[in-house]
Amino acid sequence: MLNYILGRLLTFIPTFIGVTLISFSFIRALPGDPIQVMAGERGVSEARYAELAAQYGFDQPIYIQFWDYLTGVLQGDLGTSFVTKRPVWDEFFALFPATLELSFFAMLFAVLLGLPAGVIAAVNRGKLFDRALMSTALVGYSMPIFWWALLLIIVFSGNLQWTPVSGRIDLLYYFPNPTGFMIIDSLASGQKGAFASAVRHLVLPTIVLGTIPLAVIARQTRSAMLEVLGEDYIRTARAKGMSPGRINGIHALRNALIPVVTVIGLSVGTLLAGAILTETIFSWPGIGKWMVDSIFRRDYPVVQGGLLLIAVMVMIVNLTVDMLYGVINPKIRKR
Amino acid sequence: MSLKKLMATGLLLSTLGVSAHAQSLVYCSEGSPEGFDPALYTSGTTFDASSHPIYNRLSEFKTGTTETIPGLAESWEVSEDGKKITFNLRKGVKFHSNDQFTPTRDFNADDVIFSFDRQGNEENPYYTVSGGTWEYFNSMSMPELIESIEKVDDYTVVFNLTRPEAPIIANMAMDFASIQSKEYADAMMEAGTPEMLNQAPIGTGPFQFQAYQKDAVIRYLRNDEYWGDPAKVESLIFAITPDASVRYQKVQAGECHVMAYPNPADVQAMKDAEDIVVMEQEGLNVGYLAYNTKVAPFDNAKVRKALNMAIDKQAIIDVVFQGSGQIAKNPIPPTMWSYNDAIEDDNYDPEAAKAMLEAEGVSDLSLKIWAMPVQRPYNPNARRMAELMQEDFSKVGVNVEIVSYEWGEYLERSKAEDRDGAVLLGWTGDNGDPDNFLAVLLGCDAVGGSNRAQWCNEDFDKLIQEAKVLSSQDERAALYEQAQVIFKDQAPWATIAHSVVFMTMRPEVEGYIVHPLGGHIFNQVGLSQ
Repeated sequence: MLNYILGRLLTFIPTFIGVTLISFSFIRALPGDPIQVMAGERGVSEARYAELAAQYGFDQPIYIQFWDYLTGVLQGDLGTSFVTKRPVWDEFFALFPATLELSFFAMLFAVLLGLPAGVIAAVNRGKLFDRALMSTALVGYSMPIFWWALLLIIVFSGNLQWTPVSGRIDLLYYFPNPTGFMIIDSLASGQKGAFASAVRHLVLPTIVLGTIPLAVIARQTRSAMLEVLGEDYIRTARAKGMSPGRINGIHALRNALIPVVTVIGLSVGTLLAGAILTETIFSWPGIGKWMVDSIFRRDYPVVQGGLLLIAVMVMIVNLTVDMLYGVINPKIRKR
Repeated sequence: MSLKKLMATGLLLSTLGVSAHAQSLVYCSEGSPEGFDPALYTSGTTFDASSHPIYNRLSEFKTGTTETIPGLAESWEVSEDGKKITFNLRKGVKFHSNDQFTPTRDFNADDVIFSFDRQGNEENPYYTVSGGTWEYFNSMSMPELIESIEKVDDYTVVFNLTRPEAPIIANMAMDFASIQSKEYADAMMEAGTPEMLNQAPIGTGPFQFQAYQKDAVIRYLRNDEYWGDPAKVESLIFAITPDASVRYQKVQAGECHVMAYPNPADVQAMKDAEDIVVMEQEGLNVGYLAYNTKVAPFDNAKVRKALNMAIDKQAIIDVVFQGSGQIAKNPIPPTMWSYNDAIEDDNYDPEAAKAMLEAEGVSDLSLKIWAMPVQRPYNPNARRMAELMQEDFSKVGVNVEIVSYEWGEYLERSKAEDRDGAVLLGWTGDNGDPDNFLAVLLGCDAVGGSNRAQWCNEDFDKLIQEAKVLSSQDERAALYEQAQVIFKDQAPWATIAHSVVFMTMRPEVEGYIVHPLGGHIFNQVGLSQ
C-alpha cells in the first residue's frame, strides 16, 4: 500500500508541472490584456502602457515569464493579484474554507440521501418508487442551478421566511474567523445563537450545490446495485436463506460501491464548478466567484495560482478515492 | 440580519449604556471592493466602500449635485493668471485610529502633499507600493498639469500649475484625490507593511473602517470625532450580494435596508410594492454610436445626420434599457451644468433619411456596427442595440454587419483612425465638469484615442479650449452651450441614451439622496425608529 501511495505521489510531479504550464498559457491565450481591461474606457497612453508592462514583467520574453513564475511557485510564491494587490496565497486561504465547508456539506447531503435512495430503487426495480425516484433524479440532474437557487430563495426565504436569503451568518454576529469554517468559528465564539444562524445559512446553498451530485449518486448506486444483484453469489446467498437486509446491505452494496466512490470523487470537480454559481447567488465568499472575477479581469496571477491550487486539491481527492478502492475491495490493494 | 434583531441589539446596547441610539444601516452592495486606497482604482464599487465613507478631499461634491464645496480645504484662491491655487486647510481635523496606529497630530499640509506626491513622484517610497498604477491621477493629466505643490505653512498649500485649468477644483473632489495620513504611511513603512494603507485604511471621513471579509461583508463604525455633520447611524455594514434578484429578496426580507442596481425588469414591481421605496435619477453618462468621420462617406455630415434620423431611439429605450434609460440628444447628460436643452433632437424619420442619403448620392451603403462585449450602465446590451439599429438602417437601404471583440481589444482597436465602421460606446463622468465629456470624447487632441469619431472640428475645439481656462462658470457654460449646437449640426455621433439609476430601499431609510456622479453615499442617511 505504501509503495502504491508513493508511486501515485510520484505521478503528481509531471501533473503539477503540466498544470502550471497549462494554467500559465491558458489565461494568456485569451484575447485581451490586463492593462487594457484595467484602464477601461479611459484608456492608457503608450508611455504609460510601457511603464505598466515593465512593472508587471510583460516586457520579458514569455519563457522568462514562465520561468519566473515556475521558480516562484516552487518557492511557495504564487504572485500578487493585479487587482487587489494582495498575495494570491493569502486570498486563496481566506476564501477556500468557505468553499470547502459548503462542498463538504453538499457532498454529505448528496451521499446520505443518494446512497439509500439508489439502493431502495434498485431493490424495488420497476416499481413506483423506483420510477418516481429516477425521474426526480433526472430532473435534479438537468436543473439549471441558477433557477433552482432562486426558486428555493423565493419560496423558503421570501414567502415562508424559514431560511435567510444569503450570506454565511447573520450580520449581527461579529467575531474573528481563525479557521475560516463558520460552523466551527461560530461555536468557538461562544456567542448565543451564532451556531444556529450559521447552520440556517448553510441549508439552502447545501441543497442547491448538492442536488446534481445527489442525482448522480442515486442513479449510479441504482445501476451498480442492479448489476451486482444479478451476480451468482447473490443468488447463492438468497438460496442459503440469508435475510434480504444482509444481502443488500453487505454483500451487494459493498461490491456496488466501487463505481459509486469513483463518481463521488469525480463529483468534487463538479462541486467546484457548481460552486461558482451557488456562491454567486448565495453571496458565499468562496473561491468560485473569485476565479471567475479574475478571469474577466485578466488577473493572471490569481487565475494561474487559483487553478494550480484547485488542481492540487483534485489530485489529493483522487488519491484518496484510489486509496478507498483498496479499503472497499482488497483485490485492488494486492495488485 | 433581520431588522427586528437589529433593533433588539440596539435596545440591548442601550440598556447596557453603550449608546442610546445604536443603529446599523445595512447596504446590499453589488461586489467586493478591489481595495481601500481609492487612488489605486477606478471602479465605483471600490469608491463606494473607500472614498465616500472613509476619506475626505480638499474640495467635495455636494451630495446630490455636481457642485463643489469646501472639504478639508476651508477655502481656496485662484491667482490672476489661473496658474496658482492656494488652499487654506481646515484646522482640528482628526484621523481615525486602528490597532496598529493612533495619530499624534491633526490633519495638515504634509498629508496633502503626501497624498499627491506618492502618485506622481517616482522617488516617493509609496510610488510603487501595492503595484501602484495611479490610473485616475494619470488619466486626469495631473502629471502634466501640476508643476509643484508647496507647503506655505501647516495649514496653507499652494498648487502651481503649468497652465490655467478651470476643472482642477472639481478634480480635487474626485476619489483619487482622497487625503491619506502621512503619519500612518510613515509608520506602516517603518513597520514593513506599507500595503496596510490599502488594506486597513485610515482617513478623516464620517465612518471609520472596522473589518472586511472579501465577498462577504465590510463593517464601518461612526467617526465620533468627525469635523463635519456626524453620521446618523452608529455603524454601516455592506452586505456584499452580487446577484440583483437576491439583493431584492434581502431588502424584502429585511436583511438589508438599501440596495443598488436593481434588475430593470423588477423596477415596476418594486414601485408597486407597498413597503419598498424606489428613487431614480438620470445617470451622469451617455451612450453613443460614433461614426468614423475620417472615412467616406461618413466624412459627410449630411450622411451622418441622415443615419441618425433612421434610428428609432424610443424602441432602443424600451427594448434595451427596459425603461431604465432616457433618449439622449446632447453629448452631455441633463444633470450637468451647461446642458443645452434648447437643442432639438433629429427626429426619427426613415423616409426623410432615405431621401437625404439619395440626395447625397449615397446608395448601396454598407456599415459595420461595433457592439461592445460588456454590459455598461450607458448600454446594458450592446448586441441587442446593434441588432435594432441593423433593422432600422435596413429600412433606409443601409446594409449593416455587426462585429465585436473582447473588451480590451475592442477599446484598443476602436481607437484606430482608419477604423472600419461605427462604434457603440459610452462614457460616465468623473468630475461633473462638461470638459470631462466634451474635450475627452470630442476634442482634436483625443483623435486616435478616446475620440472614437475621429472628429476634429476647429470651431468646436476652439470653444472648449477657451472654456477650459476661464474661471467663471457662467461664461464657461455659454461656450459649452454653443459647442453643443455645433456638435448636433455636425453629428459625429448618434447620441443614444443616458441611463436612469435606481435605488431601492425600505421605507424606514431617511435622508438618502441619489448622487449624480454615481456614488452611493450614506454619510447623512438615518433610520426611523
